[in-house]
Amino acid sequence: MKLYRPLPLIPTGGVHVLELIAKSPLASLLPISCGSVSLSEDVVGCISLIASKKGQEAQLSGVLKAAHGMALPATNRVTGRAGARCVWFGQQYLLMGPEPDPSLNSVARLTDVSDGYAVVLAQGSEIEHVLARLVPVDVSRAVYKRGQTARTLIQHINGSLSRVSETAFQIIVFRSMALTLIHDIERAMQSVAARDRL
Amino acid sequence: MRLLCPNCGERDLREFYYQSTAEALIRPDLDAEDAVWDDYLHNRDNPAGKTEDLWYHEAGCNAWIVISRNTVSHDVLDAQLAARKRLSNEGKK
Amino acid sequence: MRLDQDSLVDQNFPIKFQFDGMSMTGFAGDTLASALLANDVRLVGRSFKYHRPRGIMSAGSEEANALVTVGSGPQQEPNIRATQLEIYEGLEVFSQNRWPSLKWDLLALNDLAAPFLNVGFYYKTFMWPKSFWEKIYEPVIRKAAGLGSLSGQANSERYEKAFAFCDLLVIGGGPTGLMSTLQAGRAGMSVILADEDNRFGGRLNSEKTQIGGVDADQWVNTIVRELSDMPNVRLMTRTAITGAYDQGTFGALERVSKHLSSPNKHLPVECFWRIFAKRSVLASGALERFIAFPNNDRPGIMTASALRTYINRYSVSPGRSVAIFANNDGAEQTARDLQAAGVQIAAYVDVRADARINGDFPIYRGASVCDTSGRLGLEGITVRHAGQEINIAADCLAVSGGWNPTVHLSCHMNGRPYWSESLLSFLPAENAIPGMVYAGAVNGHMSTRACLQSGVVNARSIMKDLGKSAAALKIPDAEDYAYGIGAIWSVSPSGKQRSWLDFQNDVTVKDIVQSVAENYRSVEHMKRYTTQGMAPDQGKNSNVAALAVLADATGKGIPETGTTTFRPPFSPVSIAAMGSEGQDKGFAPERFGSTHQAILERGAPMIEAGLWYRPSYFPRPNEKTWRQSCDREVMMVREHVGVCDVSTLGKIDIKGPDAGHLLDLVYTNKFSSLAVGKVRYGLMLREDGHVLDDGTTARLNHEHFLMTTTTVADSLVMRHLHYVHQCLHPEWDVSFASVTEHWTQFAIAGPKARDLLNGLLDQSIDNEKWPFMSCGQLNIMGISGRLFRISFSGELGFELAVPSRYGDSLFRILSARVEELGGCCYGMEALNVLRVEKGFITHAEIDGRVTAFDLGMQSMVNRTKDCIGKAASQRRGLNDVDRPRLVGLKPVGSVKQLTAGAHLFTLQDPAERIYNQGHITSVAYSPWFGYFYGLAFLKNGSERFGEQIKMVDHVRDIEAICEVVPPVAFDPDGGRARA
Repeated sequence: MKLYRPLPLIPTGGVHVLELIAKSPLASLLPISCGSVSLSEDVVGCISLIASKKGQEAQLSGVLKAAHGMALPATNRVTGRAGARCVWFGQQYLLMGPEPDPSLNSVARLTDVSDGYAVVLAQGSEIEHVLARLVPVDVSRAVYKRGQTARTLIQHINGSLSRVSETAFQIIVFRSMALTLIHDIERAMQSVAARDRL
Repeated sequence: MRLLCPNCGERDLREFYYQSTAEALIRPDLDAEDAVWDDYLHNRDNPAGKTEDLWYHEAGCNAWIVISRNTVSHDVLDAQLAARKRLSNEGKK
Repeated sequence: MRLDQDSLVDQNFPIKFQFDGMSMTGFAGDTLASALLANDVRLVGRSFKYHRPRGIMSAGSEEANALVTVGSGPQQEPNIRATQLEIYEGLEVFSQNRWPSLKWDLLALNDLAAPFLNVGFYYKTFMWPKSFWEKIYEPVIRKAAGLGSLSGQANSERYEKAFAFCDLLVIGGGPTGLMSTLQAGRAGMSVILADEDNRFGGRLNSEKTQIGGVDADQWVNTIVRELSDMPNVRLMTRTAITGAYDQGTFGALERVSKHLSSPNKHLPVECFWRIFAKRSVLASGALERFIAFPNNDRPGIMTASALRTYINRYSVSPGRSVAIFANNDGAEQTARDLQAAGVQIAAYVDVRADARINGDFPIYRGASVCDTSGRLGLEGITVRHAGQEINIAADCLAVSGGWNPTVHLSCHMNGRPYWSESLLSFLPAENAIPGMVYAGAVNGHMSTRACLQSGVVNARSIMKDLGKSAAALKIPDAEDYAYGIGAIWSVSPSGKQRSWLDFQNDVTVKDIVQSVAENYRSVEHMKRYTTQGMAPDQGKNSNVAALAVLADATGKGIPETGTTTFRPPFSPVSIAAMGSEGQDKGFAPERFGSTHQAILERGAPMIEAGLWYRPSYFPRPNEKTWRQSCDREVMMVREHVGVCDVSTLGKIDIKGPDAGHLLDLVYTNKFSSLAVGKVRYGLMLREDGHVLDDGTTARLNHEHFLMTTTTVADSLVMRHLHYVHQCLHPEWDVSFASVTEHWTQFAIAGPKARDLLNGLLDQSIDNEKWPFMSCGQLNIMGISGRLFRISFSGELGFELAVPSRYGDSLFRILSARVEELGGCCYGMEALNVLRVEKGFITHAEIDGRVTAFDLGMQSMVNRTKDCIGKAASQRRGLNDVDRPRLVGLKPVGSVKQLTAGAHLFTLQDPAERIYNQGHITSVAYSPWFGYFYGLAFLKNGSERFGEQIKMVDHVRDIEAICEVVPPVAFDPDGGRARA
């Protein structure tokens, strides 16, 4: 067993001699690729949960549009684009990218959850086959088009799955389950790649 | 088995959590008689046919849903958001 | 014997394999069954009960005799059907159910003892004495029972599950299914075509016939080529649809790499599919059935269609002199194919006096086979004809008792098939599976042309339903014979010979008759008494004939007798495939906190808490046991200061003008009155009055509360909050956000906790501005964080939260700083000791059966307001003084050890269940007090402080005398936490 070794004393006294260093949930795990599919960390910036105040959904959409350029998404939809995206998230919405404009506070309640999630970009020509091994929802291009999102299971993990392009999906799960998520997706990637060589 | 979610559409059973029959929506007053609370908490019919259940789309949109289904044919007949149903019940009172 | 003719095996590609250690050669395209027959191996296995020598009796998944074990070690897989197993280079196969060898099997003695082993033998024999049940009978029976066996080792081969969706699922890729798929595919529907064989074509692969003027295999290839070019069509070979379930859900088992010599390590062995189909066409065809004549189970006796398959598809003749025994016109083709292959026909026996067969071989019309001979393989048959019994030499007998439509999937949702008098078989009930139609032979269309037609008609009816269209396919010319059949189910023996129905479970005609004689007359009773139809083939080969024999014995008709229920799966599914998503790490997600890596680097062993992994303790170099580390950590917290990652506790942001109302309803105590910047402990009940969870909730702002839950109740409480909001008070304006993972939170506890913080916070804190149970936002090293002055240890305590990206970094700094102050990081063990000493509860105490009253917290149920569980919590039974109530226990006798889970008894009572007074929920060795201290639920416990009680751990055999004390042992007046 590896035992602890006392760290050297840290100098104190000055202002901010010590610094807190940020660490992403996926930095040590991604990127990976296998066959035609690759996984990378989607560094999206700020993530905020937006809960509409009661009866303010219509106003919220307008304020959001004015502040960040995208309307509030309909159920199971995503609005905006990479860099500033709004994802339907069940009971609430997820604003990804910009720091939320204060004007939103008049019609919505905002919660900063930037550090609560691991966001993965899964892309490649066979991504649908990989997801078919993990997700109990039909993600084929014909029925699950760009801008579509679902809250569903990714293997055993509750998560959010959005198609962001013809061959790419954004997957959002709680930060603590990043390792399991990558493990499960990688296994499916390996299986799909191995079938290609049959 | 597949259930209907008013938000997400038809989904696999594995995404849902079962609570009880939809009678749970009609919570007695605090001072209701013991018999009323007993019925609410413990006594349930076991119908062969139509039943209304309360489900939670836990691995989905987190909505509580009232699903009408037939326990014999397993047909799912209807699904409504519990919140909406509750509000419309209140409206009728 | 291999025939020199063209077929679907490629005689240019030899493949070596081993059967029971003997090296053999087959060809690409062979199954194990065809390769064994080509090597003149007829004896392949032993039967289940009598250990009768058995051979190959079919050419498909219905095979009941030729079950083998493939491979060895962890990969060893028993009961594989030789008729489906595609051979590959290096394949190793072993026969089953024999010892010491297939030819000399000791348990074949059972066959000689058969007169004593008749139906019901086990039920009647192993009744008395009762004391023999578990110790003698069961081990002996278990040893003799079963076919193949598993290795007992864990298998690391990959299995997988997958989901598929389609408009139309076509089950079966024979002529019918191909036409359905082509028709629907041309209409642009998304179609899945699945067949359990390794190639499409169904019966066409086994017959010499033409379709549309070309050889059948050429016709099949043309269609398959067109289908594979359609992006909307998915072709799945080696895929058995195993079950039909609600809302168009189907289970399917795909054999992905079982036919490969050295598959890629990432390739799954099998894939278990869930297919969701709007509509389905059942085109599963029909299975040829046997006739129950005396000694009909010898190696060399097989169905006539299987014989044709071996000749036409595999260029193998299972015999050199073949006899045919039939009751229908289909077997004529068998005679023609044998002649074309140049195999001698020893006799053609047809039960019908008017059979239309003609040919250059001995024909016996109105005759039957009434016995056979040959110990390890067929040597001759006896034909009963015109009042005489004639012995004829033959090494193979092809039997056709007619065809049973493969109706199984139509029965999976309780559909009952109906009897067709013209076909003498059961047909699937209409609308038995929502969205499913039946096409081809399964629906009684026995000629190829009728099947092609049926495939198109059914596909078009579905297209119309779904609003799709395409030009109707032209039906090509094909074989279109009328199907004639005469009833025969069994042939009576002339002596004591047995006639087999269920080959796999060794059930004979005599057994069914005996069952009726003992009054097991209903089909369901007969099945269970005789075990007919309960083997892995699930009666595919025997059910209809067994029913007919039963009907005959009871004097009822077959339709009145009815069938037993066909249940999923249609063919065996390995548990590994069904459970593939739970294999290895797939069992459950692992949740790791932001400090996980840093904790591992300090050598802490991790333990599971729900899905989370948390440090157990932080060992130092001189410490040899966990207790040494734990005791040291506890004392360092009590005397100096400790740091512990408590991020796994659930954190839920509750916002909105009605947040206070909601909290008042979910907690027993009041939160709407909580001041901003304050924290309060709350108790949450289920509506039935029992405790659901507990934790602290902080008011960060007027409309903003932060609730904490226990680690394991995080999602449960979230569900509960949504329930209360959506189902009980949707009119409230309130919203929830799980911020468990956004914040990494550290408990900093001990007399020097404030000193530790003041070295790191941007503004220093004191007892005045930050009193006990206060909270607020502040900056740490320039980062905005949250501080809560709460304590789960009884010490001066804080919980400091920062966004999780800084969790790792802050932990490293805190763990260095805490050591400078003479303290340490502490793990779950020390955390537990600290809270037990302080009498704080966890889910060890609130195990779902406990009320506020039991915890001594009844005063927390606020009298002035309603709350979830309040009405029930006031019921008399939940406030009975004799309920087990929370107490502390300390040892006062010679035995000093207490154990969690032990039961409590008065000193005088024996330690028996009826005298049980309660049980211990948590135990900790307290280095502070120097003895074990336990929390327990004791009958009327709060009134019994000072009394001595006996703790008995029946599992670990420990008995200790304890004194009952109040639950809060450490600092009962709470002065330390307020310091």
